[in-house]
Amino acid sequence: MGQTVIDAAISAADTAWILTATALVLLMTLPALALFYAGLVQAKNVLSVLAQCFAIACVCSVLWFAFGYSLAFSGDGDWLGDTSAFFLQSLTRDGARAGTHLPESVFVMFQMTFAVITPALIVGAYVERIRFAAVLLISGLWMLIVYAPTAHWIWGGGWLAKMGVMDYAGGIVVHVTAGVSALVIAWMLKPRQEFPHHVRPPHAPWMVMVGAALLWVGWFGFNAGSALTAGGDAGMAMLATHLSAASATLAWMAIEWIKFGKPSLVGAVTGTIAGLATITPAAGVAGPLGAVLLGAAAACVCYFAVWLVKKVMAVDDALDVLGVHGVGGALGTLALPFIVVIGVAGGKLNHAPLEQFGVQAVGVIVVALFSAVATWIITKLADMLVGLRVDAEHETQGLDFTSHGETGYHTR
Amino acid sequence: MKLVTAIIQPHRLDTVREALTAIGVAGMTVTEVRGYGRQKGHTEIYRGAEYTIAFTPKLKVEVALGNDRVDEVIGAITQAARTGRIGDGKIFVVDLEAALRVRTGETGDEAL
Repeated sequence: MGQTVIDAAISAADTAWILTATALVLLMTLPALALFYAGLVQAKNVLSVLAQCFAIACVCSVLWFAFGYSLAFSGDGDWLGDTSAFFLQSLTRDGARAGTHLPESVFVMFQMTFAVITPALIVGAYVERIRFAAVLLISGLWMLIVYAPTAHWIWGGGWLAKMGVMDYAGGIVVHVTAGVSALVIAWMLKPRQEFPHHVRPPHAPWMVMVGAALLWVGWFGFNAGSALTAGGDAGMAMLATHLSAASATLAWMAIEWIKFGKPSLVGAVTGTIAGLATITPAAGVAGPLGAVLLGAAAACVCYFAVWLVKKVMAVDDALDVLGVHGVGGALGTLALPFIVVIGVAGGKLNHAPLEQFGVQAVGVIVVALFSAVATWIITKLADMLVGLRVDAEHETQGLDFTSHGETGYHTR
Repeated sequence: MKLVTAIIQPHRLDTVREALTAIGVAGMTVTEVRGYGRQKGHTEIYRGAEYTIAFTPKLKVEVALGNDRVDEVIGAITQAARTGRIGDGKIFVVDLEAALRVRTGETGDEAL
């Protein structure tokens, strides 16, 4: 695996779909995730969040070209790719990516958009108090040290792939890595000054909805694109993705309606994202019924997880990256063997259901532990090199002006 | 001369303006403000966490008048702004020392 085969058949249909899917996945970071997060913070920090997401996309794109792609998708090592595609030196114009009917350039670019959004998901943990230099340093190092190896283990033919771990579009590779790392960074960075009793509510819930809606659309590229081909697999993945999002949204609204008497917009779209993160590892195999059930479960479990992190663990994972993404990704990964069994039109497992569950659990646990330890080291390093936290006075004044010299909202 | 300052619910502005226009008040100044009285703000819930919104949005309507019109104007505002629920606002009246119309230089009652 992992070798470029010259003159292998390139499919125009596959290529057209993955080109489209690539654009959709980039849309998830720019601007979808940026807007989703920016609406959730205070008005004085809106630009800082947009700037963080935008800059991470650029840093990780260049690093993916230089080292990341090669470390994740070259060679057949158990633990890490090789250096043969550093700076994409081995890339040819017409060569197909092994195991697909795609030009390798399209595969490189499609996977790049995943390497971009995963570190950007972590932004939600550290907003409103982190130094911009620390954001750039942590994100770049994290993509190379945590994301690229994990992608190799599961998607690049590494040891977890050989063991038979199933992760269709990134329940483990994207959401568990980002969620666990978010918790570690939030814990090391310490809470915002106002946490927990004087934190201000989201400054623009409408912006959160616009971001979530764009994420929902972009997720079609994320999950259905992960089929790496245009056909029944992609179609079924899109159907499952959509149904899980809808079902999770309704379930989260129901929880709030029963508990507080009113279903909120921010709650509804948080349910959407939980449903999307949860179906991600299972999108290829869940089938429509499985997706509806998994979505409903996602809302209940993630709602509880958000409460647990904030109120019980008292960690200021400000925008609930672990509770919504990490827990959702893990839930979908672990529920996958059982969802396939009860659903219709589902896919095939690599092992018998119980054995598959064991393999999935190994994947989640090992990757979670690896992410936590590696993120701790990266964050310590960033603390020593550039410092993690802005001055208390700057935090009060807001990062828009103190870090970027701009103001999001002028009175007139 | 008197300055009447009314703090009202934002959605009552049109009714208040119509009531004042109907009794011949020719001008007013409106400012978006935030504050609380007995209402003590409210709470909002996001992702299961409760946030206290101490200062709720209100509008401040200011009208400058001759002494003889004060009771009439207060009556009109009170009637137009009232919903009967907590948070309907307050009206303050203070003495106005001087007034001047910038364009013409007229002063006192002439300037109102």
